[in-house]
Amino acid sequence: MTTETTTPQAPAAKGGPDGEESLLSRFTQNLWAANSVMVTILSIVLAVVIGAILIVVSDATVLAKFAYFTARPSDALTASWDLISVAYADLVKGALGDPEAFAAWFDGTGTWQQAFGPLSETLTYAAPLVFTGLAVALAFRGGLFNIGAQGQAVIGCITGGIAGFTFGLPVGLAMLVAMLCGALGGALWGFIPGLLKARTGAHEVITTIMLNYTSALLLSWLVLQKGIQDPDRTDAISKTVHEAAQLPSFGGVLRVHLGIVLAVLATAGVAWLLNRSAFGFELRAVGSNQHAAKTAGISVAKTYALLMAIAGGLAGLGGATQVLGTAYALTPAVAGNIGFDGLLVALLGRNRPWGTLLAALLFGALRAGGNRMQSYSGISLELVTVLQALIVIFIAAPALVKAIFRLRATRLTRPGASLVKG
Amino acid sequence: MVTDTGGIDDKSFNASAWAGMQAAKTEVSNIVPKNVVSSSEADYEPNLQGFVTQDCNFILAVGGLMITSTQKIATAAADSQFAIVDGVVAGASNVYPMQFETHQAAFLAGYLAAGYSKSGKVGTYGGMKLPTVTIFMDGFADGVAHYNQAKGKNVQVIGWDKAKQNGTFAESFIDQSKGKSITDTLVSQGADVIMPVAGGTGLGTAQVAKDSAGKVSVIWVDQDGCKSAEQYCDVFLTTVVKNIEGAVKEAVIKGAKGEALTATPGYQGSLENDGVSLAAYNSFDSKIDSTLKTEVETLKADIISGKVKVESVSAPK
Repeated sequence: MTTETTTPQAPAAKGGPDGEESLLSRFTQNLWAANSVMVTILSIVLAVVIGAILIVVSDATVLAKFAYFTARPSDALTASWDLISVAYADLVKGALGDPEAFAAWFDGTGTWQQAFGPLSETLTYAAPLVFTGLAVALAFRGGLFNIGAQGQAVIGCITGGIAGFTFGLPVGLAMLVAMLCGALGGALWGFIPGLLKARTGAHEVITTIMLNYTSALLLSWLVLQKGIQDPDRTDAISKTVHEAAQLPSFGGVLRVHLGIVLAVLATAGVAWLLNRSAFGFELRAVGSNQHAAKTAGISVAKTYALLMAIAGGLAGLGGATQVLGTAYALTPAVAGNIGFDGLLVALLGRNRPWGTLLAALLFGALRAGGNRMQSYSGISLELVTVLQALIVIFIAAPALVKAIFRLRATRLTRPGASLVKG
Repeated sequence: MVTDTGGIDDKSFNASAWAGMQAAKTEVSNIVPKNVVSSSEADYEPNLQGFVTQDCNFILAVGGLMITSTQKIATAAADSQFAIVDGVVAGASNVYPMQFETHQAAFLAGYLAAGYSKSGKVGTYGGMKLPTVTIFMDGFADGVAHYNQAKGKNVQVIGWDKAKQNGTFAESFIDQSKGKSITDTLVSQGADVIMPVAGGTGLGTAQVAKDSAGKVSVIWVDQDGCKSAEQYCDVFLTTVVKNIEGAVKEAVIKGAKGEALTATPGYQGSLENDGVSLAAYNSFDSKIDSTLKTEVETLKADIISGKVKVESVSAPK
């Protein structure tokens, strides 16, 4: 899932007489070395296998066939296989596209919108996760656990949403202002724990968790207030965001909007910030050893405060994307779980910007596919949550994956950013 | 059907609607009920769309929070038949609204509570400040006020102020300990009949009532408490029943038979058609004064005939 690869540099011990390995053997050796790409892929495989078992266990009719397994094992096995393959096929169709829909499009009985609908869903779900994932990943590289991405995203929803339905600005500008407001709101919400950490040493995990509650309660109070609440409704829903402020989308079945493009740009921006800018160097220095960084003349306090503000801004953008791209109005649960999913996404992406992007796409695909799996084959949506959790558990416990698949120890240790080392 | 974020086992309207679908299946065997659970509000649209893609004959959206999503999907899929519980989608002729005049039944409950209370104080609280919740509280408060007017008494309602539309809320439909602490407060203020409109949170109230050994009694909501929360049956004075199950069942059967479900007026559950009602008194049957029972019956007839008007800002329009 990451761009990291282990380049074989060790001299070939078991190579030919002239000391050169064949390309194939080098490839296979490399493949089974325990680098993080391999661990990630195998974690996903393991999660899918366990998920398959859960699918079978949760289906009463298939499970009943296991009662006479010794008499006729083929019954139980065929039924299990059918169930699992249909379920996972729906997961994939719901995430990437249904071949039938493509066929219908080509022979004219369907539309291209229907064919690309699933892909659009994947990208729609992924967009906010990219932002919240980056918010967690970036903070972590600076040595901070930003558990507050959820709260920052909620504030981003609030400020972005309010800006979206309050200001009557022309197309383009309105959207820009609303997104900016979302980023600023999130940045402020991130800055508070950053400042507290820098000034008083208050642990950011505690303060960000508390601010999560604060923001959630603020939102549910706010949507019932005059001027925010939709005057035509008595329930907790705000006015609708002006069309000019909404992120442009294809409309109809295709919900995908500009947010995903912005998410890719944000990823590139964070990658640049982290690897190419002076601040990125400082934050990485603080992240690996704050005492050494301090000795080297880097202001740790300033780095913490600024880092949390930027991370909060990213999460705020995620929240704003959600309101301006898909929901169009504030409700108490408008942010859903994007902040907490962002934590998982960052973990899965090994706290690297592009890795986070890919992880968010995978999570988006699981969510989109999960909807179809639930609707078509009646597999509970909780399975998707279980899959997500399992993948992350295996990622966080690479020793387990290595033991299961008997991977070779990696030959090249890199200064990693993996959480297990942290 | 597509649930809202409460999930299929919420012991409230999602569960009732699903029960209605399954009941329809036992009657008309070719119905294949399917449900999807929405884990967040962003799921409403794709979930509804999923059923449109599968060419379902009847697609049910559960809960007023789905109005906007249902409107969008239903406008795009004009050939599909939709229905929505607790909401109305303006201008969409293919969405069958199912609404409930819950305040009518809650009015009876309020009257009964005022008549039954010995302390002269009755209490109520809600799960969240949603119109589908406060409509119970409005009716309850008005029922008490009606009793006061008719009998020249001064029974007080704690926990809800109808004029200000403000009161006590647990901010949760599952947190039993929160329900317990709210109920303790209401009891310490003197209330001896309490109506929690808070789903699972209300079980905390039932526990307090059980511990009080008969001093405090509870008015349950949605489904008859003696069926949905059997273990507390002996503390339930009665239940304000909102018959979502019956309404859904009827609509599904009609939908399956291809009968037209007209969007206007749609379904309006009231005392008249038993869409809302007061459940049996169960274990309290012998404890309630028979004149009070008769009065409640008369009041029911009066509400149906329109002699007594019950109003709520949250009532379906």
